[in-house]
Amino acid sequence: MSAPVEAPLAANPVEAVLRSFRMPHIWCPGCGIGTTVNCFARALEQSKLNLDKVVVVSGIGCSGRVAGYLDLDSFHTTHGRAIPFATGMKIANPKLTVVVYSGDGDLVGIGGNHFIHAARRNLDLKVICINNFTYGMTGGQMGPTTPVSALSSTTPFGCFEPGFNLPHLAESAGAVYVARWTTYHVRQLAHTMGEMLRKNGFSFLEIISPCPTLYGQRNRLGDGLAMMKHFKQQSVLRHGAPTKEVGIELQGPIAVGKFVDIERPSFLDVMNEQLGRTLEAEYAGCVKDHVPD
Amino acid sequence: MKADPIGVLTGTHFFDGDHACCEGALAAGCRFAAGYPITPSTEIVERFAQRAPLVGGMFLQMEDELAASIAIQGAVWAGAKAFTVTSGPGFSLMMEHIGFAAMTETPCVIVNVQRGGPSTGLPTLPGQADMMQARWGSHGDYELIALAPSSPQECFDLTIHAFNLAEQYRVPVLVMMDECVGHMTEKVVIPPASEIEVAPRRYTRLPRGEYVPFHAGPDGVPEMVRAGEGYRIHVTGMTHDEQGFPAPTVEAQQKLVQRLVEKIRRNAEAIVRYEETGVEDAEVVVVAYGITARVARRAVELARQQGVRAGLLRPVVVWPFPENRIAELARRVRAFVVAEMNLGQIALEVERCSAGNAPTVLVPHGGGAVHHPEEILEVILAQARTEEVLR
Repeated sequence: MSAPVEAPLAANPVEAVLRSFRMPHIWCPGCGIGTTVNCFARALEQSKLNLDKVVVVSGIGCSGRVAGYLDLDSFHTTHGRAIPFATGMKIANPKLTVVVYSGDGDLVGIGGNHFIHAARRNLDLKVICINNFTYGMTGGQMGPTTPVSALSSTTPFGCFEPGFNLPHLAESAGAVYVARWTTYHVRQLAHTMGEMLRKNGFSFLEIISPCPTLYGQRNRLGDGLAMMKHFKQQSVLRHGAPTKEVGIELQGPIAVGKFVDIERPSFLDVMNEQLGRTLEAEYAGCVKDHVPD
Repeated sequence: MKADPIGVLTGTHFFDGDHACCEGALAAGCRFAAGYPITPSTEIVERFAQRAPLVGGMFLQMEDELAASIAIQGAVWAGAKAFTVTSGPGFSLMMEHIGFAAMTETPCVIVNVQRGGPSTGLPTLPGQADMMQARWGSHGDYELIALAPSSPQECFDLTIHAFNLAEQYRVPVLVMMDECVGHMTEKVVIPPASEIEVAPRRYTRLPRGEYVPFHAGPDGVPEMVRAGEGYRIHVTGMTHDEQGFPAPTVEAQQKLVQRLVEKIRRNAEAIVRYEETGVEDAEVVVVAYGITARVARRAVELARQQGVRAGLLRPVVVWPFPENRIAELARRVRAFVVAEMNLGQIALEVERCSAGNAPTVLVPHGGGAVHHPEEILEVILAQARTEEVLR
């Protein structure tokens, strides 16, 4: 009589893209960041890109820890400065696909100036912003996306300044690709991330994500699951919507979809064209020619 | 290895210090600069913007100094040699990223053409009051290297040296110029590329799997890789283990910070560089650097003419400080006279190193102009006389 054969455990389909040896991760139960990482890992797998040439750059905060869990060349930089670090990296070696993966406080609070200038330059960076409406790592303070009247540890009587409408900010500053989904929309997220990996220019994805531990609990939005259900109910699919109209209010509707997808010459295209035209044969090419493949 | 001839403008030139610094960077193999305009450093990047596209490099004007000082580090991890240049207020904004470079062992060069401060201070006039900020400005314990050129020729030579030291020790290296040195025009000789020694990046030859990104060799310096080569490294400003991953423990902190500090302290004798004039028989030694060393040299000459045995010690590398040499001299000289364009910074260091064996007398200057040689001379003479009375 032979021993019963155990069915092999199904392999995690995105295992190859993750640093499983770094698990368990630091994120709270019900947090949405891990969900987005799963979506991104799927997008990477499906992209057929040579992952040795894909770099992820994060700033500081809960979302800043994404870089450490992806099995890519990964850089966990300083608070707010992921974009300028990525800018130097992309220009010094344009053959790299450079993804900036960070949170709302990092990218548009302390790093807001870099965000708008990178969009203006239209350097080919893929910027993924986890928006949980709060500074999670430091204990749930109000931030640049906290909606009016929302409670936070530094707005104990309700927030009284309006939050940023991030898609509108990104488009106004010059982004060529702008989309928003929530962590409920896992297939759409992976699809959008895949489109961003192929897009040339400054592309921006806002992901509305639950922070049940701090933002959710304080504002009586329930646990992670309840917040996801809330995102599902409140989401309104609005592909191509004018970004001016997609601001988010506390408990209000969440416009999702791809708002902007246009063509505009990227920073490196314009630079190479202009220097080539002006300097002709004297133009020695940008830094890339001195970095071996 | 020798410099790539494409970046070397061999010949005899009439350059100001800012332009000479730019040519030094290009000769050293720097192909990426990022910066934000600030007087009196702008001429360096203006020249770089003009020259770089012809030699396979580029200048990127960033939105502020925070961005400039981290963009260069992104470029370094992509494989380029990179630098940024600034002055007082911009230097203050760069402090966090000096710490990031120290923590992540990112070889890079930051030039500070010092002006009068604090705050906006004297934008077009000289100062030397950022010397302690250079040493201690970023939070936490770390060590770095800082150089102080005192002529346009040295702006060229020491900028190359700065890039070489950055690669050798994987630290941020600061070139602490001052407005006078930056804007004075003198003869600058740029030798042929074959005579310029350039330190290559210390890339590993180990394959992925065997390579441990922050495991240091005997000199305390780990080997490096660049992004895009398949090593899938992680680089973080958090306290990290040898693999590069966050390790928020007492043990990891002690091990890492100790190594970051010791890789410079243990190699300090090899890094330290100073120039001495008339120190052999000196009873009074003047310590001065940058533009002030040139004024001090005149004061020393005048003192000699009056029969006082004065000498000049000019730190070329200011950090790490030539502490052994000062300690040695303290046991036999009557006094140190420190002339600097601030109200007492390097003087504190001389006082510390002399450990009570010889007095240190400061000749301060608030900035905006250089000392008069006579101001330094008076102090030299007073010290020589004081000692005689005591005897």
